[in-house]
Amino acid sequence: MNVITVENLTKKFGSFTAVDNISFEVGKGEIFGFLGANGAGKTTAMRMLCGLLKPTSGKGIVAGYDIRSESENVKASIGYMSQKFALYEDLKVWENIRLYAGIYGVPEKDIAPKTDELLKELGFETEKETLVKSLPLGWRQKLAFSVSIFHEPKVVFLDEPTGGVDPVTRRQFWEMIYKASDRGITVFVTTHYMDEAEYCNRVSIMVDGRIDALDSPANLKKEFNATSMDEVFRKLARKSKNNEL
Amino acid sequence: MRQFLVFVQKEFYHIFRDRWTTLILLVLPIVMIILFGFGITTEIRNTKFAVYDPSRDIATQGIVNKLETSEYFSLDRYVTSPNEIEPLFRDGEIGFVVVLGENFYENLLHTGNAKIQLIADGTDPNTASTLTSYATILLSSYQQELTGTAGGTIPYQIKTEVKLLYNPSLKSAYNIVPGIMGMILMLICALMTSVSIAREKELGTMELLLVSPMKPILIILSKLVPYFTISIINYITILLLSVFVLKVPIAGSLVLLSALSLLFIFVSLSIGILISSLVEKQIVALLISGMILMMPAVFLSGLMFPIESMPVVLQWISHILPVKWFIIAVRNVMIKGLGFSSIIREVLILTGMAAVIITLSLKKFKYRLE
Repeated sequence: MNVITVENLTKKFGSFTAVDNISFEVGKGEIFGFLGANGAGKTTAMRMLCGLLKPTSGKGIVAGYDIRSESENVKASIGYMSQKFALYEDLKVWENIRLYAGIYGVPEKDIAPKTDELLKELGFETEKETLVKSLPLGWRQKLAFSVSIFHEPKVVFLDEPTGGVDPVTRRQFWEMIYKASDRGITVFVTTHYMDEAEYCNRVSIMVDGRIDALDSPANLKKEFNATSMDEVFRKLARKSKNNEL
Repeated sequence: MRQFLVFVQKEFYHIFRDRWTTLILLVLPIVMIILFGFGITTEIRNTKFAVYDPSRDIATQGIVNKLETSEYFSLDRYVTSPNEIEPLFRDGEIGFVVVLGENFYENLLHTGNAKIQLIADGTDPNTASTLTSYATILLSSYQQELTGTAGGTIPYQIKTEVKLLYNPSLKSAYNIVPGIMGMILMLICALMTSVSIAREKELGTMELLLVSPMKPILIILSKLVPYFTISIINYITILLLSVFVLKVPIAGSLVLLSALSLLFIFVSLSIGILISSLVEKQIVALLISGMILMMPAVFLSGLMFPIESMPVVLQWISHILPVKWFIIAVRNVMIKGLGFSSIIREVLILTGMAAVIITLSLKKFKYRLE
């Protein structure tokens, strides 16, 4: 069963085509890597899928809802986390959790036990009353991810979730992503780190608004005759008109 | 509804966890009222004056007494010739000099043409004009007393400015309170709201909220609740301070005054939303509210300088400031004790402004991140 279905999705800003006729499907529990150079159209595509932007043309179904006409339902069924923002720094750890649980309508009686469970899993029991401001960046990102899947969404969108985080924490972060995927949560992740692309079940690579490659990392490497995802990416990016790399 | 409450709670955390925000919101109004009410005052107290009195008769004596016994002035000395007057000003010890004509009482009784000249230091025009107008009022009240005793035979004119009718003791706090009220409500509602929404945009949290199932209108409303609440608290604080500390009573209806203030709070909040929908950064929101809203509000609203004495162009500009109309209306209700009929014009203007601004900002507010 597909959790995300995209057909011929296009977004134009004036005469500029940010997303050019892309189509793909993502299955339940899949970890789907969404790669591309800056300006390739990743963020625009992701925003459309989250119901933040209306597509110019084409169709998208996320968690069973149409992104064009049922964006409110889409929003209620997904989780979202971006690198730019993790959590409210002037709120305590538990207050952040409480806020998102409230916004996403987690039943009141479930919030407290689930919060304790989550903190225990992360090993953050002692930090419950700590202001997020005083947590190290890696901790914040891990906490932010846990918060984004607190309401058990069908899909979680991660926009460069590990930016600026040290390798050890990134490794732990990906273990959390695998756990979520095991629970049946579909993970849609954009990243700059090519080694992270290897962790995904399937990877799509966007160039100039189009998806130029979409397959498992192993198959992509075979197809492009490359030893690493990094090489695959470079070979593809070279074709780009604006050639940033 | 629960979503909404959780969100409102979060806004209060933001406010009370930031010391400066708390300080601005709750302490600033008190400081401003006290500062403007007592410190930065145009009131005159115990200003020294000198007298040149060649007549030395009962009338001139009475006039000097009248000035001397008021709380505003105290007699410094008599000068014996007009030549001594200028050096007094050069030393800067004297606020003004009263020059009385010769044969004052005689002239007053028979020709009705007794002359008094007030000389003040024009290098500080504000103080000079305040001093002379205070003195003029004291003089005319003396004339009035004299008329009473002399059986109304003396022709005279009382020169009194309209605003003094409602401010018999010439307290500047009467003018200050409505102005401060307008400024504080504007500051909290427009400035703080716009900055707080801009902050979410700047930090990227707005994106996260927009991606949540929370309706954008609820996000905005929940932002308004804390600032609305704090405005109400400040409104009450200002009223209490003005009545009990500055001794400026509420002459008109409290209900009317409160309704008027609610209307103004509403206008200011919608301005805050409008600003925040136009900008992406806190600092821009701050500058716009500060420079385009607060500064003109201080200078053009009639709080410090009378609007009537401004250049015509500035007077036009002052018309588009909601705070100006609010201050006028508050003066009418709170100080003059007038009823609703006296502020219909102001209420209509404020309502119109609210309608225009709220329509604009709702149109402008981005429901999606375009």
